Amino acid sequence: MENIEQRVKKIVAEQLGVPETDVKTESSFVNDLGADSLDTVELVMALEEEFECEIPDEEAEKITTVQQAIDYVSAHLAK
Amino acid sequence: MSLAGKVALVTGASRGIGQAIALELAAQGATVIGTATSDAGAEAIGTYLKEAGAQGAGLKLNVTDEGACEAIIAQIEQQHGAIAVLVNNAGITRDNLLMRMKDEEWDAIMDTNLKPVYKLSKAVLRGMMKARWGRIINIASVVGATGNPGQTNYSAAKAALFGFTKSLAREIGSRGVTVNAVAPGFIDTDMTRGLPDEQKAALVGNIALGRLGEAREIADAVGFLACDKASYITGQTLHVNGGMYMN
Repeated sequence: MENIEQRVKKIVAEQLGVPETDVKTESSFVNDLGADSLDTVELVMALEEEFECEIPDEEAEKITTVQQAIDYVSAHLAK
Repeated sequence: MSLAGKVALVTGASRGIGQAIALELAAQGATVIGTATSDAGAEAIGTYLKEAGAQGAGLKLNVTDEGACEAIIAQIEQQHGAIAVLVNNAGITRDNLLMRMKDEEWDAIMDTNLKPVYKLSKAVLRGMMKARWGRIINIASVVGATGNPGQTNYSAAKAALFGFTKSLAREIGSRGVTVNAVAPGFIDTDMTRGLPDEQKAALVGNIALGRLGEAREIADAVGFLACDKASYITGQTLHVNGGMYMN
């Protein structure tokens, strides 16, 4: 079983069409990985599916980096 | 059949233009869900779909009920799968001169003809974006482009659909979803049958083809925009009015 960080990075790479090696924990989706606003919406959709959770809009808007995505998922799955 | 295996949702499908659209999409092989405001209307939709040998069902939907739009999309997706074609057709009129118009008449039009277009479109987008294919078709009206005395509310809501259509088309075009509007002229339906004969004659005098349109003729335009032949058309308003207005 891959850990959360690996799974998040894999999804980010797939969704944004970038090599997994470019996806660092500190990477910003928009500033570093070339995502536009619609890409970030789709990325959240993909995270919801991978981790079988629902991320409310107001939380989703705060997820702008790989680390924030990892943090959100970790906190959510811990519950 | 180009829509085989796809799910289509048509609001306001119990009669008139909505019924013709539902039957056209069914003829293209879609599973068609039609909505009506009453149980009897929903049942009538189920009956005519069955008679046409089509897959699908009629559902009751009152678009102004809080949460109803989101709930019906969730229900359809659970029972039939993601919606590939959304036709926002449901609409009402509350005609009055502006100086006599009541807030209730203005609000009823916005709540019924405009807000559900936003709500339903938003609710189907997730499935369409995932599928990288989708069609949203908004039924507007010629009066949204020409104006009509006594219809400030109706024409404002219909003109709003043109802007909505263009902006959403730009938002999601990169995901294979097209968004278009069809603007019917004067079509022979219950909505226009109530007009006095003199008014009808005056209207027909302004139509190049010299007659009212048939619901079928609007459905054909919608059917075209829904199928793969219209894959490179988005953000457009297709005027189907016999030449009463040319843009």
